[in-house]
Amino acid sequence: MKKKRLALLLSVVLTTVAVALGGCAGDKQESTSQITIGIPQDIEDSLDPMKATAAGTKEILFNIYEGLVKPDSDGNLIPAVASEYKISEEGRVYTFTLREDIKFHDGSSVTADDVVYSLERYADGQSGDALASAFSNIDDISAPTDKTVVIVLKEANTDFLSYLTAAVIPKSNADPDTVAIGTGPYRYVSRSPQENIILESFDDYWDKDNAPQIKKITLKIIANADTIVTELNGGSIDMFCRLSSTQVSQLSSDYNVYTGTMNLVQALYLNNAIEPFNDVRVRQALCYAIDPQGILDMAFDGQGSIIGSAVYPTFGKYYMPELADAYPTNIEKAKELLAEAGYPDGFTFSITVPSNYQPHVDTAQVIAEQLKEVGITANINLVEWATWLSDVYSGRQYETTVIGVDASMLSAGALLDRYRSDASGNFMNFNSPAYDAAIDAAESSVDDDAKTAAYKQCEQIISDEAASVYIQDMVNLVALNNKYEGYVFYPLYVQDFAKLRLK
Amino acid sequence: MNLTYVLKKVISLMFTLLLTAFLVFLAFSVIPGDPVTTMLGTQATPEKVAALREELGLDRPFLIRFVSWMGSFLDGTFGNSYSYHVTVRSMLAGKLPITLTMTCMAFVLILLIAIPLGIFLARNSGSIPDRIMTVVNQTIMAFPPFFSGILLTLFFGLILHLFKPGGYVSYTTSVPRFLGYLILPAVAIALPKAAMATNYLKASVLKEMKKDYVRTAYSRGNTTKGVLYGHVLKNAIIPVITFLGMAFTDMIAGSIIIEQVFSIPGIGRLLISSIANRDYPVVEAIVVLLAFLVILTNFGVDLIYRLVDPRIRSAMEE
Repeated sequence: MKKKRLALLLSVVLTTVAVALGGCAGDKQESTSQITIGIPQDIEDSLDPMKATAAGTKEILFNIYEGLVKPDSDGNLIPAVASEYKISEEGRVYTFTLREDIKFHDGSSVTADDVVYSLERYADGQSGDALASAFSNIDDISAPTDKTVVIVLKEANTDFLSYLTAAVIPKSNADPDTVAIGTGPYRYVSRSPQENIILESFDDYWDKDNAPQIKKITLKIIANADTIVTELNGGSIDMFCRLSSTQVSQLSSDYNVYTGTMNLVQALYLNNAIEPFNDVRVRQALCYAIDPQGILDMAFDGQGSIIGSAVYPTFGKYYMPELADAYPTNIEKAKELLAEAGYPDGFTFSITVPSNYQPHVDTAQVIAEQLKEVGITANINLVEWATWLSDVYSGRQYETTVIGVDASMLSAGALLDRYRSDASGNFMNFNSPAYDAAIDAAESSVDDDAKTAAYKQCEQIISDEAASVYIQDMVNLVALNNKYEGYVFYPLYVQDFAKLRLK
Repeated sequence: MNLTYVLKKVISLMFTLLLTAFLVFLAFSVIPGDPVTTMLGTQATPEKVAALREELGLDRPFLIRFVSWMGSFLDGTFGNSYSYHVTVRSMLAGKLPITLTMTCMAFVLILLIAIPLGIFLARNSGSIPDRIMTVVNQTIMAFPPFFSGILLTLFFGLILHLFKPGGYVSYTTSVPRFLGYLILPAVAIALPKAAMATNYLKASVLKEMKKDYVRTAYSRGNTTKGVLYGHVLKNAIIPVITFLGMAFTDMIAGSIIIEQVFSIPGIGRLLISSIANRDYPVVEAIVVLLAFLVILTNFGVDLIYRLVDPRIRSAMEE
C-alpha cells in the first residue's frame, strides 16, 4: 500500500518535471518577425518625453515619439511631423507645414493644436536644461491653420531647429506618464516593471520608405550584468548594446558585433571650486600625468576615441581633433607644475564613481595607478547611482568623478552650455568669464560660421583651463544575433529599432 | 484555540509591521540619495527639484510623510510608485505570485526530499548509504543558493540545453512554461535547506528512538515500522516543523538573490531596483509584505504544532 502510494507520487512528480522541462526546451522562436532586445535598466523616470531624463529612457522613446524634425543617422535634421519648414531671412520666424497623412498611435490625426500644446509644455520650463533655455527664446507660437505652426523667436538662433526634435504628443492624452502616444515607427503596447517593455510596429507610420521591419519588439530588462552573455548565448535575447570587449569575446558564433561610439564625453571631472583643483596648474598637471591611451589599452582593449575637450568626434564641424594632443603624457612636466602649485610631494584625493558603471570604475582604477607616478594618491569611492546624482551632480559635494556626459541633441551647445559659470548642469564648478563671453557669442550668433568659430573658442578655453581631464568617447560594441541585420549607429545617444530587419 | 491567543497574535503582528515600516522609513531618511534627484537625473535644477519635491509631498516633515504613507497603506493602494506612476498594489499584484510560486515549489521539494530521506537514513543509521549521504549533505549545505544557481544554469542551460538561461516565461503567457522555468531556481534554494532538514529529521528520529516509551512500545510487541510511524515520528517531527517554518521565511527573503541569478522579475528584482531608485513607496510595501509573510508563517507553524502535539496546545493556553 505504502509502496504504491510512493510510486504514484514519484510518477506524478517526474511527469510534471518532464512536461515542464520539455516545455522549456520546446520554446523555439516563432518565425513571425519579432526580436528581444536586452536593456540594462527599466524606464524608471517616465514615459512622458518631457519628463524622461535618463539617457537609457530617451534612446527607447526615440522610437515612439518624433518632433517637428528628427535627426537621421548622419546627424542631419530631417522633417518628421512637419513635411516642410521655412525660416524667415532674419532667422526669427519659423513656419512649419504638418504632414497631411500623419497620425498618432491612437489613430487621431496630428493637428497644429497638438504641436502648439506640446511645444508650450516644454516652454513652461519643466524640461531639460538646454531645451528650457532654448525655448525661453520663443516669443510666440501660433497655429494659423489646422496644419500650420508658426514659431516666432525673440532673437535669431541658428541652433534653434535642433531643439525642435522635442516630441509632439496629442493634447488629448490625459496621462502621458503611463500612456505613451506618439507618431514614431513603434507604438507602446505594455510593460511589466523590471521585466519588459513591449513595442509593436505602427501600421500607419507616415514614412513608408522607412517603415519598421520587425513587428514586435520586446525590450527585456537585464539588471544583472553578469547574465548578459549567458542570455545572449542561451538565446533569450537577440541584441544588446554597449558590451565590454570581454563580454564580446565570450559570445557564440551566432552573433555579429557592430562597433561604433557611445557618444559620451568621458572624463575625470574635477570640482574646480575646491582645493587643490581650483589651481589651474594642478589641473594641467593631472592632464599631463594621465595617459588616455594607457586607459584605453588597460581597460578598453585599445578601443575608443581620445578627446581633449568637451566635444566628441561625431559632432563633425564642431569637433577639434587637435585638442586631443594638447597635454601629451609628460611626468616631468606634471611634477614641475605640481611643485609650482605648492604640491612638490603630490596630494591625496578621492574619485567618486557610480558603482553600476563598470567602464567608469575601470577607468578610475587605471587613473589611480597612473597618478602614483607623480606622487598623487587617488582613493576610489564607489557610490550608488542615486547617491552620485544627489551628492555629486546636484549637490556638487565631491572632489573628482569619472563619468560620461551625453548630448540630447546635435548642437554643440548641448555639450558646452553646462560649462557656463551659472549653468545648473555645471557640476564641475567651472568658472571662467572668458568662457561665459564666448558661449554667449556662440549662442547668439546668427551666422553659422561665426557660431562654429565661437563654439570652437569655447572648446579651446576648456582645454587651456584644463577644466577636467578629458579621456575619450568610449567604444560601443553591439551584439546582434545573425538572424537579424541593419543595426545603425547615430551620432547621438539613441537606438533606431526601425532599421532592424530579419535576414 | 481561544480568543486571547488570537488577539495577542494580531496585536503583536500589527506592532511588528508598524515597527518594520517605521524603520524602513527612517533608513531612507538617513541614507544618501534622494528620489527627486534620481528622477531628474542630469536635468536637475534647484527649481525643478523643489517643484517635484512639492508634487510628491517630500517637502513635508518626516512624521507627516509617515502617517500619510500609512493612510495609503490602509486604503489598500500602498501609494504611488515614483518611478512607474501607478499604484504599488498594481505592481505587487503581478510580482508576488512569481516569488511565492517559486518559494512554495522549493518548499515542496524540501518535503519530498527530506522526509523520506531523513527517515530512511535514521532507520539505516551507520550503514554505507548513511555515511555517503552525510558527506553529500555537508557538501550541499555549504553551497550558497546563488552559486548552485549559477552551476545549475551552466549545466542544464549551456551544456544540456534543457533550460534557456534568462528565458523566463510569464505565467500570463503559459503556466506550464512558467513553472518549468522556476524548477531550477526552486532547486537552487531548496537544496541546502533540504540537506539541513534531512539531518534534523534523522537526528531527531534517532534521539526519540532511544527514549523509554519506544522500549515500552517494542515490549508490547510492535514492529520497528509500527513504532516508527505510530509513535516516534509524531514526536520527532516537532523540531523539524520549527526548522521548516524558519526555512520557508528564509527562502522568501533568499529568493531576492536567486531572482537576480535567474533573471526572474519577482518581488526581489523590484525591491532591489526600487532601493536603487529611492522609490520608497515600493520598498516600504515590499518590506512590510515580507515581514507580514514571515509573521504569517510563524503563526502557521504555531497552528501546526497544536495539531500535531496536544501537549503544546495545553501549554499555550495556560
